[in-house]
Amino acid sequence: MERNVGCFHCGLETNETQYTVADKIFCCNGCKTVFEILNQHELGCYYDYERSPGTIPKEVKNKYNYLDSEDIVAKILEFDDGTTCVVELYIPTIHCSSCIWVLENLDRFNQGIKKSTVNFPLKKVRITFKKATISLKELVEFITSIGYEPQISYDDVVSAKKPVSNTLIYKVSIAAFAFGNIMLLSFPEYFEIEEFWLEEYKNVFRYLNFVMILPVVFYAATDYYISAYNGLKSKLLNIDVPISLGIVALYLRSVYEVLFDVGAGYFDSLAGLLFFLLLGKVFQQKTYNYLSFERDFKSYFPIAVTLLHKNGHEESKQIQDIKIGDRILIRNEELVPVDGIMIQGDAMLDYSFVTGESNPIEKKSGDKIFAGGKQLSGIFEMEVIHEVSQSYLTQLWSNDVFQKNIHKSIKMHVDTISKYFTAVVLSIAVIAATYWFFVDSSKAVFVFTAVLIITCPCALALVTPFALGNVLRIFGNNRFYLKNASVIEALTKIDTIIFDKTGTITTNHQKEINDAGIALTQDEIQLVKTVLRNSNHPLSRAVYESISEPISTHAIQNYIEHVGLGIEGSIENNFIKIGSAKFLNTQQNKLNETRVYVAINNDLKGYFSIKNNYRNGIERLFKQLSPKYDLVILSGDNEGEKERLLQMVPLNTALIFNKKPIDKLNFVKSYQEQGKNVLMIGDGLNDAGALAQSNVGIAVSDDVNVFTPASDGIVDASIINKLPNFLNISNKTLTIIKFSFVFSFLYNVIGLYFAVSGQLTPLIAAILMPLSSISIVIYVTVATNFIWNKYHNKQL
Amino acid sequence: MEVVYITIGVSVIIAIIFFVVFLMNIKKGQYDDTYTPSIRMLFDDEAKKDTKNKEKSNK
Repeated sequence: MERNVGCFHCGLETNETQYTVADKIFCCNGCKTVFEILNQHELGCYYDYERSPGTIPKEVKNKYNYLDSEDIVAKILEFDDGTTCVVELYIPTIHCSSCIWVLENLDRFNQGIKKSTVNFPLKKVRITFKKATISLKELVEFITSIGYEPQISYDDVVSAKKPVSNTLIYKVSIAAFAFGNIMLLSFPEYFEIEEFWLEEYKNVFRYLNFVMILPVVFYAATDYYISAYNGLKSKLLNIDVPISLGIVALYLRSVYEVLFDVGAGYFDSLAGLLFFLLLGKVFQQKTYNYLSFERDFKSYFPIAVTLLHKNGHEESKQIQDIKIGDRILIRNEELVPVDGIMIQGDAMLDYSFVTGESNPIEKKSGDKIFAGGKQLSGIFEMEVIHEVSQSYLTQLWSNDVFQKNIHKSIKMHVDTISKYFTAVVLSIAVIAATYWFFVDSSKAVFVFTAVLIITCPCALALVTPFALGNVLRIFGNNRFYLKNASVIEALTKIDTIIFDKTGTITTNHQKEINDAGIALTQDEIQLVKTVLRNSNHPLSRAVYESISEPISTHAIQNYIEHVGLGIEGSIENNFIKIGSAKFLNTQQNKLNETRVYVAINNDLKGYFSIKNNYRNGIERLFKQLSPKYDLVILSGDNEGEKERLLQMVPLNTALIFNKKPIDKLNFVKSYQEQGKNVLMIGDGLNDAGALAQSNVGIAVSDDVNVFTPASDGIVDASIINKLPNFLNISNKTLTIIKFSFVFSFLYNVIGLYFAVSGQLTPLIAAILMPLSSISIVIYVTVATNFIWNKYHNKQL
Repeated sequence: MEVVYITIGVSVIIAIIFFVVFLMNIKKGQYDDTYTPSIRMLFDDEAKKDTKNKEKSNK
């Protein structure tokens, strides 16, 4: 039998031969079925666009029963006129062109499906279907059966969908349109050619400009007036105050000039100014379509669970309607949405989204079950002891941090400067105007407006958006995704870094298998490996991969997998049992460790202990960070790992264990009360409170497409050891911004010379203002790219 | 030279028409997903051919 043969459907390595159709090998029955379904509908092209594009379909029997309920369906459907319905489904498994192709050809499977359109960046498919021919439940079950399981969550029901706003795009387009056309129509004025026809028609050009600037001043620029007004109201001279002053001065002055036939006005400069400013805003707004920084438990929890009535009748009920004392049924692959007491059945719960711990936890009847676990095997019944909003996990969200839509107030550098800037500009304008009033009173107003116009801090306002926007983009390309540009500025102020342990600095993928607790002969190891090969349980896979010996040449017989317990099988008269302590009738004396016990011919041989490995480079990461930052490891687990951590991290690192989610939040708060700026790095829902409370909260994720708690940034787990470089680059960016401020002041000084001396003509303004903006933008873009290239690989 | 009024008028009107069409298309969502259409255009042909074959085999 050969290994390294990929499944034709999903590409998974396989050495099975039983699932074969027309010389194509499949890893499991699921993949084979998908192939057959596609082939039957002549959609074999699916396999032409990409090699092994598929995903293994999940078993979903009964999972979507709640879609029988009209109420729930009505909330999910986007449109429903009684016969035709439209639904938009989020399908995380969409990943390649084959996926797009098959999902856009769904109409070939069923008459009821009329049209389906994929939005690849958002991983969404919008399906139009006839209600009478195919119900939503059938539709969802069908696309799940071909490996595209949609994610329908509690969030879809409780939160209203926010429409995407295009306002900024409209504003920029209007400013760009006006800028281009006004520039063009102003050309005759620039050259001051004394030509008869130009002189004759100059008012045509002027009044066209006059009309075209109106939407710019009265629509595109409104954000600046509002922000300036809000700033003044809270007695804050923000950067938008001098900008608004400049815009108003430019506009009034130009209107006056045109109406009284004094000159051409500064319409071109005004349109250009707003175009650049708004462009800066667009540039700063980098959105990662497929990421969400706002998710809480709602987008992770299911819509409904199966409620068990006293008479044994089952009913799908929305989870917000579940009451204390209700009995609910949790099936395989379903999520426990509430806290409860286990009544009967087998529970193997995976809490990796909550704690980051990937080894499933076994629960017996009478045990308390916390919300957030995902059932991995079989079916169980539980009694509810807390409602959804009151559970151990979700009550975290009733904390103040989540209540108010707190805009984490990050004091931007530019606002500090603008306070003085505005004051200085206004005094210069007044002084210059007073001077001219006595020298040549006709020029006093001209000089006053000229000062306001030329000092309009366009370049100053562009520095931050372009510098931070560019760094944001560079970080994003390197899998460090930040919510917005101001997070970079917040990163520069950090002095304390708090790490979560499980899932953040440990990895779920590589497990460390320790065979110290077991003594096996060469032959016995081969036997164990052969048995393990048949199991897909994560622990079996981990142990299997750690054994380097070849598998036994003899075939396995009577192989049985006991769900939640272990596996057994016999090879050549040897009877092998592998599994939990309970399965092998033994006691596990050290509880904070995951163990797999082995018995051969009912003789207990010992156990493999399994530990989560620390991520690569963690030791170096802590060493690099420790000189500059206070480091803390904050864990929800017990102290079992303390010894090992002490050897890895620098001595001054604080190690804190046994913290509940709410404790983590309060811990961060207590640091902040000491005046610290905290960067929290975590991964699970149990860190959500701490992530929200901290100055900057960053979620670590092995796969950025799956769930991450609300945070200010998401970092791909593979580059977490680059964190010092990212922090360093953020600091350097701040230096660049400060340098750029100096440059833009120099431009202002030059401009002021022309303004104060009464020589500011429209042509000078039309050259000086765009020139300063463009040169500043080029400088910050080049400088930030340079810094990235220089520092991103540097060993600190 | 009165023709200047017409030429400038026409050019400005054309510019405004294009601009309005552009804004309407933003509103219609033409720029919401700029990636999927680039892939979709690559497999249109094959999908059509397939349906034809299917029709033939049905006959």
